[in-house]
Parts: sequence; structure tokens; C-alpha cells
Amino acid sequence: MASITIDSVAKSFGSFKALKDVSLTIADGEFVSLLGPSGCGKTTLLRIVAGLETETGGRIVIGDRTVNGLAPKDRGLAMVFQNYAVFPHMTVYENVAFGLRMQKADDARVKRQVEKAAGLLHIEAYLDRYPNKLSGGQRQRVAVARALAVEPQVLLMDEPLSNLDALLRLQMRTELKSVLQEAGTTTLYVTHDQTEAMGLSDRIAVMHDGRIEQVGEPVDIYSRPATRFVGGFMGNPPMNFIELPVEAGRVNIGAESHSLSGPVGSKIVLGLRGEDVERVSPEVGMAFKTAVSEPMGSHLLLTGTIADQPARVILPPTEKVRAGETIGLKLDADRLTWISPETGKALAA
Amino acid sequence: MSAARLSSFPSARRLLLWSGIVAVSLWVLVPIYLVALGAFGGREGVYQWPKSFLPLEVSPDSVMVFLQIQGVGTAFLNSLIAAGITVVLSILLGAPAGYALARYDFPGKNAYRLLVLLTRAFPLAILALPLTVSFIRLGLYDSMLGVGLIHTVLALPFAALVTQGVFMGVPRELEEAAWVFGCSRIGAFLKVVVPLALPGLAATAVFAFVISWNEVFAASVLTVQNRTLTAYLLTVLSESPLHYQFAGGLLLILPSAIFIFAVRRYLFAIWGVSSK
Repeated sequence: MASITIDSVAKSFGSFKALKDVSLTIADGEFVSLLGPSGCGKTTLLRIVAGLETETGGRIVIGDRTVNGLAPKDRGLAMVFQNYAVFPHMTVYENVAFGLRMQKADDARVKRQVEKAAGLLHIEAYLDRYPNKLSGGQRQRVAVARALAVEPQVLLMDEPLSNLDALLRLQMRTELKSVLQEAGTTTLYVTHDQTEAMGLSDRIAVMHDGRIEQVGEPVDIYSRPATRFVGGFMGNPPMNFIELPVEAGRVNIGAESHSLSGPVGSKIVLGLRGEDVERVSPEVGMAFKTAVSEPMGSHLLLTGTIADQPARVILPPTEKVRAGETIGLKLDADRLTWISPETGKALAA
Repeated sequence: MSAARLSSFPSARRLLLWSGIVAVSLWVLVPIYLVALGAFGGREGVYQWPKSFLPLEVSPDSVMVFLQIQGVGTAFLNSLIAAGITVVLSILLGAPAGYALARYDFPGKNAYRLLVLLTRAFPLAILALPLTVSFIRLGLYDSMLGVGLIHTVLALPFAALVTQGVFMGVPRELEEAAWVFGCSRIGAFLKVVVPLALPGLAATAVFAFVISWNEVFAASVLTVQNRTLTAYLLTVLSESPLHYQFAGGLLLILPSAIFIFAVRRYLFAIWGVSSK
């Protein structure tokens, strides 16, 4: 086990800056996800940690060793690839044993470790098969077992579930969490799927445009986004952004008036999660003009406008709202995010 | 009606497939069979007209006599040596070039590919005289190493370009996985890339072998005493009786056929390099 320190790492491909001064510390045994849209640099960062890509600047420390310039094999890590990268010319057993064989482990240890990893991932039945006889889900299990068999200090995963179909992904996600909790391995996990990141991680680092926008526990990232980008990227439906006028440091929401901390201009952007509302009469609450009403079974999804700006809110499934109807919304004052329209950054709560 | 058409469709396809297979097989096999017939049918069979498709008498006489012609054995061995040198050199030099072309982007990559092919643009006939002169100076003239080197030049462009395709068929992620799990670059190449590229490398080797085995011009120009089989037969057999010529032809065909037969599993498996 070991911690990972990423210290001001930068990476350029020609004139394109893929990573701009990224710093992140992952504690021993912690599970951290790098989450972001495609092209945000998350996979590049993971590959730099793995040693598959060379950083343009900065430092990578694994445990107490600076690993810059070391070959991947000398970094004491294991990796699970997006396309599994299971060796087609070796049996499942030899695939899982590959890392141990490279360490010149004796046969007894190889056997013990392979059986342990195979047991964790439930692939004992296929150990003597070749990968081309396995389904995608089974191959991914083999890839994870291969990584766990070496008992790495650090486990890196690059979108390991993205090639699986939806149902299998859900199942593998749950299993992965229980397996990794048991192993207690320091894990850096790359994904573009926010539910995966939310469900698996101790902490999430949201990346955008070569930078880390925010690092924090999943619930904090969700309810206290540091920037407009994070709020818009996390959640389904994404956070609503409504620009409101400010008068003498106060802003009116329906009949209520909120005071804002810190210096603000004449306008402020309200970040509102769709589920942080309650239906009240239109005279009291903030007016929401319904355009489309979709009963989803577990909730009622309303699409419409607040203060002439598009918004989506979620009400309990028992509510009934017709298209065209204007309803009143009472906002949960503790869960609102106030974002500066100039910088896109959230004001301190 | 549509059901009837549907049910007859697969059988029509199968008929087409099999007639295609038969036609292609005959295209290759009938000439070889006729050469074999000429070689084993003896003197009578060769000059008989109309030809019989069944051998009248089978005797290894002409082949045996042919093999006993002075120099055939040595020439056969020479051909094997030259082809062996060609195979080894074109794989050893061509495969790394193919690997570099497949894995790295470097300035002038396309120009390099074109240049590789351009080595084939010079007709050997033009190069023959200067080559002979320099080979004599270098002491390579009339040696199998010299012939092997020239054949390597002929085979190398194909070796580089074919192995490029072969290595591109081996997913980069597999190699990266090997690096992460403890392999050096060379270790990963030997443990993961080579086993997966083996069918393609075998095909390249066969290709190089056949190029060398069949080449006659350079071999004739660059040797006097130590001739390869093709060069030797060209000089000896043009004056020989027809059934000896057939025997010689069969001996030229057989090694190529046997070699290709031996690696057929790899040739069939070329498309089976799995990317998953």
C-alpha cells in the first residue's frame, strides 16, 4: 500500500496543453476517481502516473519514491485497461499469473495468489480457458484479477466498465466496490460516468480542460460544486443556473430575500439542484412556468422556465402538474449555490 | 414463393463457394500435377500425344537421374542457404522497421515508406554490372552470402511493409499491460507482441523464402561455380531432354510447397489475431 502525490504535473502535446499544473494527493488505501468529459486530460494524467506517458513538468510520488522517469514496471503498480488488454495467447490462469511470473515468484506463491484473485472475481471456472472463449464481462474480471494478483501498492483503472452493457456495468460496479474494499488498495480510477464515480469513490476529482476543478467527497461535489462546470457536469438532470439581479447585497427568490456573503456585482447566478424544491402556491414561491411534465414513476420531472431562463425541477411522483401551468417553488435555502457570473466560481457558503 | 427462394438461396451460395474453391484449386494443382506427371512418367509419357491424365508407368528414374546430375545436389543446398540467409536477414531487419512504422510517428514516415519501396524501382539488370564489380572487390562474388544479401534487398521492402501491418494488428494496450505488469520494452515485445505477431511473421518469412527461391537473374549474374538451383537449372537444363526438365521443375516447386504447407496454420491464422 502507498499514497500517491501528483505535484504540479503538466503535459503538452505540441502546442496543445493537455494538463495544466495538476496537483492531487491520494491517501494510502483511498479510492479516488478522476471524473470529467472526454478530452479533459483524465486518462493522460492516469497514464503519466503509470509511466506510459511522460510528463512535461511536475513530480509524481508513489509511497515515498519519486517515480518520474522510472519505467512502468519499476513503479509498483497494476492497471486495468479500458479494452481489458487480456493477453489472447495465454490461458486465464497465465493471464492472472503474468505479473507474479514477471516478479519471478515461485510456483506455490503464484498458485496461491492466482486462486485468491480468481476467487474474489469468481473466475475459478475459466482458469484454463483462453480469453477468446470469454464474454466481455468475464474478460474484465480476468483483467481485474490480474491486477489484484500482484497485490500492487497502487491500482490504476482506466474506464474499466465502459465497454460493458448497462446491466453488467451496474453489477460489476457493485462487485468492484466490495472487492476493492476488501483488498484496501490505493486506487486511482478514471471515468466519465458520474454515477460510477459517485458510487465507488471516497473522493472525486472533477477535471475540465486540463485542470482539476474540484476535489472532494462525492456528496460534497454534488451539493457544493466549486464551479459552474462542476454543477453542470454532475447530476441528472444537471444543476439549473438562473441569473438573478442583486440589490444591495440581497437577492429575491419569490417572496423571500437572501443576503449574499462577499463582494457581489449587480447580478448573481443561482445554482439549483432540481430536487431541492418544494411545491407551494405561486404567490409565495418562485414562479416556475411548466413547458413539459414527465411522470417518471419514481418522480415527476418538470421542464420549464424560472425568471424566463430554462430550468428542470423534480417533484414527488404524487404531484400533478399540467403543461402550461405556473406553479410556485420554495427553494431549500441551505442547498443553494451562488455562483459569480464573471468567474464561474461559487461564492463561499 | 419467397420461402422457396430463401431456402434455395443458401444452397446456391454453397454451390458458388465450392465451384470457386474447386476452380482455384485446379488452377494451382493441375500444372503441378502435369509437371509431376512429366517428371515421373518417364521418357515415353512425356512425348506421348494426346496426353493421358493418368500415369502410364510411374518410375522415379528421371528424377533419380536428374538428382545424380553433377552439381544438382550442391545447387539445391545453395538455394536453401541463400533463401535461409534471406529469411533471417529480412525478418531481423524488416520486422524492427515494421515495428517502428507501426508504433511510432516520426517526421518523414510516409517518405520513408516510399523510399523503402523505391529500392524495388531499380531494375536489377541495370545494377548487375556495378554490383558484380563491387561484389568481386568485396569478395562476395560467387558466394551464397552475396546472393542472400541481394535477395534480402529484394525481400526487405515487403518484409518491412507487411510486418508493419502485422504489428498494427497487435493492440498497443496489450504491450502497455505487459510493461505495467513487469516487462521491459524488449521483454514485452518478446513475450506479448511476438507470439501474437507470429502468424504474420511466419507469412513474411515464407514470402522472403519464396522470393529468394524463385529469383534467377541476380543468382545467375553473381555466381559462376556456386549456383543456386534456379540459376543452375537455367544453364544445365535448357539443353536437356524434356523429362529431365520436368524433374527439375518439380524439384523447384516442392520446397516452396512444403515450406508453405508447414506454416499453413499460421497463414490461416493471420486474420485471427484477436484485438480483444
